[in-house]
Amino acid sequence: MTATYTLYGVAALLLLAPVAIAFGRSPRASSIVYGACLIVTLVLGLLALIHLLEHSDQSSTVVLPFGLPWLGSHFRVDALASFFLIVVNLGGAGASLFALGYGQHEHAPHRVLPFYPVYIAAMNLVVLADDAFTFLVSWEFMSLSSWALVISHHEIKENLRAGYVYLMMASFGTLALLLGFGLLAGADGNYAFAAIRDAHPSSGLAALVLILVLVGAGSKAGLVPLHAWLPLAHPAAPSHVSALMSGVMTKVAVYGFVRIVFDLLGPPAWWWSIVVLALGAITAVMGVLYALMQNDLKRVLAYSTIENIGIIFAAFGLALAFKAQGSAFAFASALALTAGLLHVFNHSLFKSLLFFGAGAVLNATGERDMDRLGGLIHRMPQTAFVFLVGCVAISALPPLNGFVSEWLTFQAILLSPQLPSWGLKILVPAGGAILALSAALAAACFVRAFGLTFLGRPRSPAASSAAETDSNSLAAMYVLAACCLLAGILPGFLIDALAPVTHVLIGANMPHQAGVEWLSIVPIAESRSSYNGLLVFVFVVMSGSLATFIIHRLASDKLRRGPAWDCGYPDPNPATQYSASSFAQPIRRVYGTMIFSAREIGEMPAPGSTAPARLTVEIRDLIWDALYAPIAVGITYATEKLNALQFLTIRQYLSLVFAALVILLLMLALWP
Amino acid sequence: MAVIREFAFQCAEMLLVLLLSPLLTGFVRKVKSRLLRRQGPPLLQPYRDLIRLTRKEVVLADGASWLFRVIPYLIFAGTWVAASLVPTFRSGLLFSWSADLIAIIALLGSVRFFLALAGLDVGTSFGGIGSSREVMIASLAEPAMLMIVFTLALIAGSTQLSTMAAHMASSAVGLRVSLGLGLLALIMVAIAENARIPIDNPATHLELTMVHEAMVLEYSGRHLALIDLSSELKLLLYVSLIGCLFTPWGIAGPGADAAATAIGLVCYVGKLAVGGVLLAVFETVIAKMRVFRVPAFLGAALMLGLLATLLLFVSRSL
Repeated sequence: MTATYTLYGVAALLLLAPVAIAFGRSPRASSIVYGACLIVTLVLGLLALIHLLEHSDQSSTVVLPFGLPWLGSHFRVDALASFFLIVVNLGGAGASLFALGYGQHEHAPHRVLPFYPVYIAAMNLVVLADDAFTFLVSWEFMSLSSWALVISHHEIKENLRAGYVYLMMASFGTLALLLGFGLLAGADGNYAFAAIRDAHPSSGLAALVLILVLVGAGSKAGLVPLHAWLPLAHPAAPSHVSALMSGVMTKVAVYGFVRIVFDLLGPPAWWWSIVVLALGAITAVMGVLYALMQNDLKRVLAYSTIENIGIIFAAFGLALAFKAQGSAFAFASALALTAGLLHVFNHSLFKSLLFFGAGAVLNATGERDMDRLGGLIHRMPQTAFVFLVGCVAISALPPLNGFVSEWLTFQAILLSPQLPSWGLKILVPAGGAILALSAALAAACFVRAFGLTFLGRPRSPAASSAAETDSNSLAAMYVLAACCLLAGILPGFLIDALAPVTHVLIGANMPHQAGVEWLSIVPIAESRSSYNGLLVFVFVVMSGSLATFIIHRLASDKLRRGPAWDCGYPDPNPATQYSASSFAQPIRRVYGTMIFSAREIGEMPAPGSTAPARLTVEIRDLIWDALYAPIAVGITYATEKLNALQFLTIRQYLSLVFAALVILLLMLALWP
Repeated sequence: MAVIREFAFQCAEMLLVLLLSPLLTGFVRKVKSRLLRRQGPPLLQPYRDLIRLTRKEVVLADGASWLFRVIPYLIFAGTWVAASLVPTFRSGLLFSWSADLIAIIALLGSVRFFLALAGLDVGTSFGGIGSSREVMIASLAEPAMLMIVFTLALIAGSTQLSTMAAHMASSAVGLRVSLGLGLLALIMVAIAENARIPIDNPATHLELTMVHEAMVLEYSGRHLALIDLSSELKLLLYVSLIGCLFTPWGIAGPGADAAATAIGLVCYVGKLAVGGVLLAVFETVIAKMRVFRVPAFLGAALMLGLLATLLLFVSRSL
């Protein structure tokens, strides 16, 4: 039944599009469209939640007479799909609530409103799909609708370039997935997932499919080195759409990976995990280092999405490593998979929250450049508070939710010395060190993002005259911030809810957590490790209040305002504060000289000259230079050469066609 | 009844770390001064400083926000909770399982996060320089610390500090190369985390090399008292941590009687004294490093930690 009702909801979202096209320019259209989206996504999210909690042992299927004539369109909701439906619709509901306020400031709503409900519907359809054809059509539908949203502010030239790069990478990714499904379905064209699941591909074929899926789903999720489109496209869209793209669409890509690799592909080979783990670890650390080099707030958030996708994939790599060892390691595999899936959920919460905050700042100041912001905590105190909650959560700091999934990942890493393979023995601790490095750098990145945007003195007139954002936007951010706190202090319930998902994929699940004393989480045994976010939170609050009470009561609570001390040399000019690039300078110097070949060139004027001294910082994107630029050059070269084919005579064209026919027939005759 | 007793022990530990931490700092200062043939301040001077600061009014910079006023309390609360979760004289306390070693390290990470934000709040260049250097140092120290945790957790089969201490005290642990590497790395990280020489100088002002002091430059009065007390607690935490992991002798087990607890208390104070003397000697014989030599220092700690873990991963199979 869940599948049927979810399809009704998707149909309702799709029907909103023509309404939005017809009335998109009317002033009340945005309230109506976003309000309707909010209601539908809430209902869909609740349906999926009920399915996950109550009927997770059964799956609900629907076959519709669309798609391939001999197949139809299959839709199915099982435990895995219902979990990702919750992620999609929770994110969608948050974005719709935020957009009820934020969307009022949109200067061209008719370019956003028709595509927005379609985009949410397409993401739902990808998760619902139960055959390769429906999956790919929905996937492409999701790509194209989000592309239309990316270029909705097409008057900005950068956005057009972002849209172009996005379109290229999305088509490339879908091509890889198409080939992957083609290999899985075999010559008979058994595109239904149920048939693929029973087929058990040979090991070489499965390896090829794994690579294709990593390229296809990985490029959508933002795995390095296929990430290049992501930091261009995500910030270009309106902020609530950026939140959906970063918080939710990357998770749909993760869903594609999990569905194919854990569910359809059969038992994994041991070396798969090495590929996935190494890619995940590299993605995590590269993503956060890129984020530290950016000055644009939304681009920082986009790069940090890449980092989190890396953490998720690293957890999945561990899960694959344990799964390949058979049932003796099933509990460890369930632990790693739970960690990854929990991070999927957590990241969708705090990344949406942070993009909403960036959107509120953008609305209030018109600025995304952190070097032109500052001091917003005085003028937007509530936005500052919720943004701070998001920053603490994403930096994996207790007692919020980001830490829980990171902690579970570390616990899974600590189980890995029992793995028999030598490659993994060396790679897993190195991966752990890299994950710890990326967590510490993420904290640095968000100290920088929050500190420069909200703290200090305003660096531009726009920042000094900003005003607090509207109540709908604030409500959306408060709800997500509350979710971050709740998921951080009561993670046991989430882990229990994920148990049926890991049970479907691995055949094992983590021990039941809700019954543990004091609501702590105990992944293996209490003598081994346990964590209780609730108690840590309560202790910190209690000892903080106690200190406040005692000091204010027994000592002094007097306060005087005065000019800043600054070692006796305070300068009234806000330009003397630390800027985005000066804050990143120590980290750039330590890590960037190698990874970005960063250089600082100082030009001092000759003595006596009144010219200013200049400091230029050069940062190169080596991945772009080494991978994308040569491909672009090659394609340009090939198209220029092939251009000659446009101007042939009819005789030449005919002989060309004839030659092609002969070659194809020859190939067919010689094929074994 | 047993629960009340355990609860009393937990409260006693919280009070003990709070009361001992200024004494440890005073002791280190005294030993350092004596090594330099100076008289040095009295042992109880840190307590007097704290009381004097709490009685003074706060002079708040004009541009300071509400966050700036909340942060000292947050920092103090986080450090205090973390310090009381490390076993000192008695292990297996009532709430000791609410956070394992990874969570304690992460809690200190939260504290640092807020301290770095405080440095940026008023919008002065000194605060910025402190914060940006602090996060750079942390980006190296935290992975190094985590590698050490991995090493110890693999040896003890647990990340729970009480279990680890019990395992380290048992005869199951022989001399291991990994343990030696881990101890060395942990000391290096502890020096960096506590802003001691050669990474940072706790006794300096108006110097471009300062990190921690630059971040808290705008604080005064009770806020400064809380921040100073937090740094003292953090120093105590690291000495207790090294003590409980590498010299776990004398720690009373869960359910031990009064005599064992008293022995544990004496041993703990003894360990603090030894740790304080060693720290003072080390700080006296070494010179402060340039800031951009710090990555090499902490990188070495990270590599030692990674090497220790790798050795364990490799030797487990043999």
